[in-house]
Amino acid sequence: MVKEECKGIWVFAEQENGVLSGTDFELLAKAHDLKEKLGGTDTITAVLLGDNVSGLVDTLYAYGAEQVILAENVNLKEYSARPYEKVLVDLANKYKPSIFLFAASPIGRDVAPRVMCDLRTGLTADAIDLDVDEDGVFVQTTPNFGGNILSHIVILEKRPQMVTVHPKVFEPFEPKAGATGELITESVEVEADNDYVVLETSMKQFEGKPIDECDVLVAGGRGIKTEEDLNQLRELAHLLGGEVACSRPLNDNGWMPHEDQIGQSGTTVKPKFILNVAISGSVQYLAGMQNSGCIMSINHTASAPIYDVSHYGAVIDYRKVIPALIDEIKRRKAN
Amino acid sequence: MKILVFVKQVPDTDDVKLDPVTGNLMREGVESIMNPLDANAVETALQLKEKYGGTVVAISMGPPQADEVLKKALGMGCDESVLISDRALGGADTLATGYPLAKAAEKIGEYDLLICGRHATDAETAQTGPIIAAFLGIPQVTLCGNVEIEDGWAVCERLLPDRTEKVKVKLPALITVCAEANEPRYPTPINIMKALKKPRYTWNAEELGCEPDMIGIPGSPSSNKRIFEPPKRNTDTKYFEGEPEAIAKAIADVLEAEHII
Repeated sequence: MVKEECKGIWVFAEQENGVLSGTDFELLAKAHDLKEKLGGTDTITAVLLGDNVSGLVDTLYAYGAEQVILAENVNLKEYSARPYEKVLVDLANKYKPSIFLFAASPIGRDVAPRVMCDLRTGLTADAIDLDVDEDGVFVQTTPNFGGNILSHIVILEKRPQMVTVHPKVFEPFEPKAGATGELITESVEVEADNDYVVLETSMKQFEGKPIDECDVLVAGGRGIKTEEDLNQLRELAHLLGGEVACSRPLNDNGWMPHEDQIGQSGTTVKPKFILNVAISGSVQYLAGMQNSGCIMSINHTASAPIYDVSHYGAVIDYRKVIPALIDEIKRRKAN
Repeated sequence: MKILVFVKQVPDTDDVKLDPVTGNLMREGVESIMNPLDANAVETALQLKEKYGGTVVAISMGPPQADEVLKKALGMGCDESVLISDRALGGADTLATGYPLAKAAEKIGEYDLLICGRHATDAETAQTGPIIAAFLGIPQVTLCGNVEIEDGWAVCERLLPDRTEKVKVKLPALITVCAEANEPRYPTPINIMKALKKPRYTWNAEELGCEPDMIGIPGSPSSNKRIFEPPKRNTDTKYFEGEPEAIAKAIADVLEAEHII
């Protein structure tokens, strides 16, 4: 697409079973920030695909969409890569957006690369920040090597500038009741993909509360020596009315399930209180928990990056302090 | 059945540093390995071959030393290898990476199943698989666990955060494989010996029939403007010191103040 002809910021309004993804709202809020930095002339458009989903349009307005492109078709009822790819490519070719944002969710990461490939443009993966530089260029920040290195990625000539964005890095607006905008209803022709069939779905059974719904988390990292130590953290978490979570190494070694992993490749959390134990704090981990209310960390290395985001710290071997802390809390609870 | 499996060479650690002078990645002393998730992809390919018959071709793109990961793939049991290597392919973004890989699949031809790891541990884009599938116009199933073949279809377990789907996809198709899918085997001495006699190809961009404006830096819509180490944040951290019991008391005081206990 010719750069000069492209205008507007698009957000793919991901929905499943008629429920919008929370990340849609985060992207709409960030789109307003980008719009302002780009001079205020881009329209913010939510692109909504599905079947019988027009009831979601007002919600998108409430969270900041100025325009909604609604493409309804029975073959878009459930997400499927190739029908969604075709419709998004057709719409992008018709309206020529300058920026096209997706959640870095299983759906966003499944469809966005195909759309990008068809449009012969660039797609930045799993951005943790979006900005406009001093030259007015849209810049995406992405982590590499587990977050130890960051990159600034630009898509200079091709359009749209496509990005998948990590969930929960931006704050959504408070929804504004009665907000309205311009609705564009697109009647789209699209075949079902008969070569891709979902035969059955089984929901996961989670033990305990999902970590992104907990007020208190005790998280263990690479420095946790044994599974018995991990069980102590679990005991502590339960004493505090919370759950145990982990950074990536404890998922990699199989001690903890993926759904209990905090960070870029796991879950983003925002508890009232988090205790990080033996976690050094990669950027990916920090991005996954830095907005927590009260952050406390125990790590025997004083220079660990985890302390950069911690309100409280204790530079000590966790094996000395965790048993003492469990005893102390039990004592206070007994009184 | 012909299975193509795509493997990438990555640094053997997340603990990479930048040269303070040049700002480039310091690669010295950092070993290169097969991307761990690509080892899962190879394992899936080999298990399917053992169960349903066929051949497995391992494909990698990179400088000549990327051949090491292909040797490993052959040592694990793959039948053939293809190294795509050409200076003109350097500096590629994901689009300009997926394109020559798709071209290689076309050149090999008559493929049934293409397998990638879920993502590579260096840039973690998870884009290469879907881009290859888009170039070839074939369906994809990302985030696979177990995979079976039934009458020209692959039946895949798809591991999503909140659920597992059972998806049937018509071959030819591309799948990406999660770490949970299997436990990759190690290369065996006998396979390493056999690898010496297996067909091994090295193709450049011209041999693949790549359009020059679709590869390397000219073919890359996105570019890396700057790499940097994450900035230090300034939070005033209050540190607890002293004996473990004293620290435990201080922590418990904070928990009380925060109304946690």
